[in-house]
Amino acid sequence: MSALAVNARVVRALGMRSIRQTFRRPQLIAPIVVFPTILLAIQTGGAGGAVELPGFPPVQSFLQFMLAGAMMQSLMLAGNSGGIALAVDIEMGFTDRLFSAPIPRFAIVLGRLAGTAALGLFGALWFLAIGLIFGAEIESGVPGALLAIVLVTSAAMAVGGIGAAIALRTGSASVVQGLFPLVLVVLFISSAFFPQELMIEPAKTIAQYNPLSFIAEGVREPMISEIDAADTLYAVLAILGIVVLGLVLSARALRHRLRVG
Amino acid sequence: MEAALAIPAWRANLATIGALMARAKNELIRVPGAAIPGVLAPTIFFLGLNGVFGALTQLNGFSTGSYESFIVPVSMLQGAGFTGAAAGVNLARDIEQGWLDRLLVSPAPRWVLLMGTVLAASARALIPASFVLAIALALGAGWPGLDGLAVTFFMVAAMAAVAACWGSFLALRFKSQSAAPLMQAGMMALILTTTAYAPLALLQGWLQDIARVNPVTDVIEAARQGFVGGVTWADTWPGLLALAGLLAVLGTLALREMRRTGR
Repeated sequence: MSALAVNARVVRALGMRSIRQTFRRPQLIAPIVVFPTILLAIQTGGAGGAVELPGFPPVQSFLQFMLAGAMMQSLMLAGNSGGIALAVDIEMGFTDRLFSAPIPRFAIVLGRLAGTAALGLFGALWFLAIGLIFGAEIESGVPGALLAIVLVTSAAMAVGGIGAAIALRTGSASVVQGLFPLVLVVLFISSAFFPQELMIEPAKTIAQYNPLSFIAEGVREPMISEIDAADTLYAVLAILGIVVLGLVLSARALRHRLRVG
Repeated sequence: MEAALAIPAWRANLATIGALMARAKNELIRVPGAAIPGVLAPTIFFLGLNGVFGALTQLNGFSTGSYESFIVPVSMLQGAGFTGAAAGVNLARDIEQGWLDRLLVSPAPRWVLLMGTVLAASARALIPASFVLAIALALGAGWPGLDGLAVTFFMVAAMAAVAACWGSFLALRFKSQSAAPLMQAGMMALILTTTAYAPLALLQGWLQDIARVNPVTDVIEAARQGFVGGVTWADTWPGLLALAGLLAVLGTLALREMRRTGR
């Protein structure tokens, strides 16, 4: 068997393990699905009148607008949950056993990220289904839905890279769990939940440069309108930026972990 | 001699409640980091919701032009919800570690053990509420007046007691910290399916229906009145009644589970 095939099997096995682990523990799945769903329902019902504000983009309903926000929240929390699970593995000594196995180190991180990507995919499908059940239309049809799914899945993997880096660096589940509020802060100061033009300062200015705004717009555009090449490109670039940041941080954290044991 | 040393039951019960509250206070002093999520979460919600949905006050039907003033009592009550739920998580931890078993073999009545947890949560809830209020006032929220402030803080403390009863009920039922998401999600749903984001008339149909029957709507309106206008008895008593009802129902459930535990 070639080295590539062996590595692919390792990544697949570790990815499947992390998915099973998440679905077995309600405290890991709840943040990914339950909280964003509750918030989606409440924000749609509570702030739905916002579509009548001057300057609000033309949408079929506030739910249609908010689906991208819910997906963003879900993928961010999937990345955070992946980091927590990796930190638990480090605390329990499971990662040490993997380090001593004849497998490349990157496969260990990639396996965890594969699991995070699968959770991102699950989140995207979940919220698409919720949107369709409650009457939201995907304006650009199946291609638009597929584009949104791909962007959400890859963004979950990218964000998971940063979660993995923090887990590797600190080796503490409680530290990674403590980032949960930070995840919400970063998301609130993006255009995930509201049009950037209608936000209040300083959130409005910060949202203009927040990479999550670009991803949110890339996911939202095919749902409320047609696929926009520029929006998609910006979203892909933002995801790539987060991937590079996650790779650099993970590589450094991995070296640190191997040095300190 | 024995008669001279005998302590009246009510004094012994008070001392036990005081000791349990002191334990919760010590936990706060010794592990200050444990209080940070309870303070941070409502603050983040306040800042986030204000930054994101602040423009909603441009819609006809808002009783104030300041979304800070409109949303700050919601964030204070959210802090109470998080703190009360955290009391449930702590109780679940005590069950897992065997601490509650030791309390159960003591001569203290079960309701006293529950009361200690609930009152400690009420007192702790004043910390995030004060923090959120300070931030809100600094950002321009209206001063609610001393009477408005007193009503709001009373609502916060009582709401924390409601959340602590809910958290304790689940902790005693499931005997595991894994029930934490249910404790938090339950309180979040109860507090936010109200007029939290917008006045009743501006809510979407289904949420409007739920908010009408959700007793916490009256609690939020009572806590909010000082921030968006004046304090009146007509806006206060429905909130008090709602809290009394919630405490009666959830307190009974929690007490029933406490009595069943270990038997």
